[in-house]
Amino acid sequence: MVSSPRHEHDDHFQTEADRLIAPGHDFGSVTDTISKIVLQRRTPRGWWIGFAISFGLLQLLLYAIAHLLFVGVGVWGITIPIGWGFDIINFVWWIGIGHAGTLISAILLLLRQEWRTSINRFAEAMTLFAVACAAFYPIFHTGRPWVAAYWLLPYPNTMGLWPNFRSPLIWDVFAVTTYATVSALFWFVGLIPDLATLRDRARSKAWRIVYGVAAMGWRGSAKHWHNYETAYLLLAGLATPLVVSVHTVVSFDFATGIVPGWHATIFPPYFVAGAIYAGFAMVLTLSIPLRKFYGLEDFITLKHLENMAKVMLATGLIVAYGYMCEAFFSWYSGNPYETFMIWNRMTGPYAASYWALILCNVVAPNLLWSKRLRTSVPFLFFISFVVSIGMWLERFVIIVTSLHRDFLPSSWGLYAGTQFDWAAFVGTIGLFLTLMFLFVRFLPAISIFEMRTLVPGAEMPQEEHR
Amino acid sequence: MSPPLYGLLAEFHSPQEVVEAAERVHAAGYRKVDGFSPFPIEELSEALELHKSHLPKLVLGGGLAGLVGGFGLQYWASVIEYPMNIGGRPFLSWPAFIVPAYETTILFAAGAAVLGMLALNGLPEPYHPVFNVPGFALASRDKFFILIEATDPKFDRAETARFLKGAGASDVSEVEH
Repeated sequence: MVSSPRHEHDDHFQTEADRLIAPGHDFGSVTDTISKIVLQRRTPRGWWIGFAISFGLLQLLLYAIAHLLFVGVGVWGITIPIGWGFDIINFVWWIGIGHAGTLISAILLLLRQEWRTSINRFAEAMTLFAVACAAFYPIFHTGRPWVAAYWLLPYPNTMGLWPNFRSPLIWDVFAVTTYATVSALFWFVGLIPDLATLRDRARSKAWRIVYGVAAMGWRGSAKHWHNYETAYLLLAGLATPLVVSVHTVVSFDFATGIVPGWHATIFPPYFVAGAIYAGFAMVLTLSIPLRKFYGLEDFITLKHLENMAKVMLATGLIVAYGYMCEAFFSWYSGNPYETFMIWNRMTGPYAASYWALILCNVVAPNLLWSKRLRTSVPFLFFISFVVSIGMWLERFVIIVTSLHRDFLPSSWGLYAGTQFDWAAFVGTIGLFLTLMFLFVRFLPAISIFEMRTLVPGAEMPQEEHR
Repeated sequence: MSPPLYGLLAEFHSPQEVVEAAERVHAAGYRKVDGFSPFPIEELSEALELHKSHLPKLVLGGGLAGLVGGFGLQYWASVIEYPMNIGGRPFLSWPAFIVPAYETTILFAAGAAVLGMLALNGLPEPYHPVFNVPGFALASRDKFFILIEATDPKFDRAETARFLKGAGASDVSEVEH
């Protein structure tokens, strides 16, 4: 943001790898390059192909939901003792992905990291859509979501029932709904000045009206910006505790239980780090094709990609520390159930998942120590998938291996997702991508007004005004 | 008869020019003045001497309302309306109530920040005379503007226009109602 103290605009001293914005841009060219993507009349063929595939997968989700509601949750692979299967694995996976968006938009804003500017808008969109995908799972896991409302949400119902606020599952409802609402508000507030830009530049009257209504009469007045900047900073301050609290509360779902493999104090910090790790991987997965196909290399530079890789490396190491602690606690506790749990994880029926997880989340991120790999776009695209798979496996290992060996061997069991589990998972990826494609087509994927502040000439000469 | 005049709109090409002009406009005694820019310029608000935003107070109020409301709801539901004995814990098991109360605090504060910002800015505002100036569309691209309203006591159609030209405006347009 412009209110931050000043970055150096000494283009001469910046190498290509350090640049946040390519040279030669001015206020007008930044505006035109970004708004062109939305305002162009012809939708690119590649967009249609990508949208068609995503929309097809979305239909798979609708089919999976229809079948689930018609038959019941028995179509999923969940059983006793594994009552939480793909639904909770995918819930935690999606909600974790969202965290990078909030970290970029809130924490990096407060820390005055200007490289966040070109990636915050679509990272926030990613957060919203990931939370939408996440919300699907626990709601449908209740079996009959249309009657779940009265024990999830506190409202005066005809039965006079109220939720049990001592349950971490209710905390989760509060944490996730607050997170979704605040993320949506933050995203929308950031969009208002850009919607005004689109209103002023749209060619057809219909779009002028649509963007005009959404911009609510924004006219960039000094009085507007004055309150706007205050609101934006305060929202960033309010969203910052959410980055830490949402996945902490999600980890309470596990950590407050007495199940070996869940009952660990390391869970909140290690979940939060894992969420940011997975989230940055998804931001890379999305931003690499976005910058390529829409020619946004001037704005999403190698510097951005490298910074994201560094965040992934740092959070990946925290996650590795978390795995180490889990293993150490289990051994050091001397508790036979705990010791058995970790030994069973490493050598039991799901050992392959555990070691694949170690490969993806402990070994692979260490490749990012190399600057050459960190600045290689194809490698970053590849490793972003490795991390996403690794983080999915992490939740699979935590949930399934902890549950499948109950305290009594008579209650042991095995778990595997059915075709409807997979259909729902692939379907939510379809929902996510469909929303992403619509977002890129109809809204500016990069914050235009914040990019203007990075252009040389946006700065006031300091000596004159202080 | 020509439509009544809302004010005069002066166009500038750079943030430095508009801030400098705003300082001169303010120094000349004009008070019903507003500046327009495609991105926030702190110095412009300072030059126009806008008073401090009241938004932080609204946000604090929203946060406190969320805290009291969230905790109060849990207290009322768990102690008064629907007391449940869960593992022999007290009805007022306040440590467990911290998490939802924390979330409602943030939720209400964030709501107050957004609604408060819109209210203080008078948005949504479907019509504003300044949009009658065709060149004003560039205020959301790369041009900077200063508006002096006709209701300003110092306002004079010809004199103010000359003054704005002298302050470095590349163009001065009349804003119709």
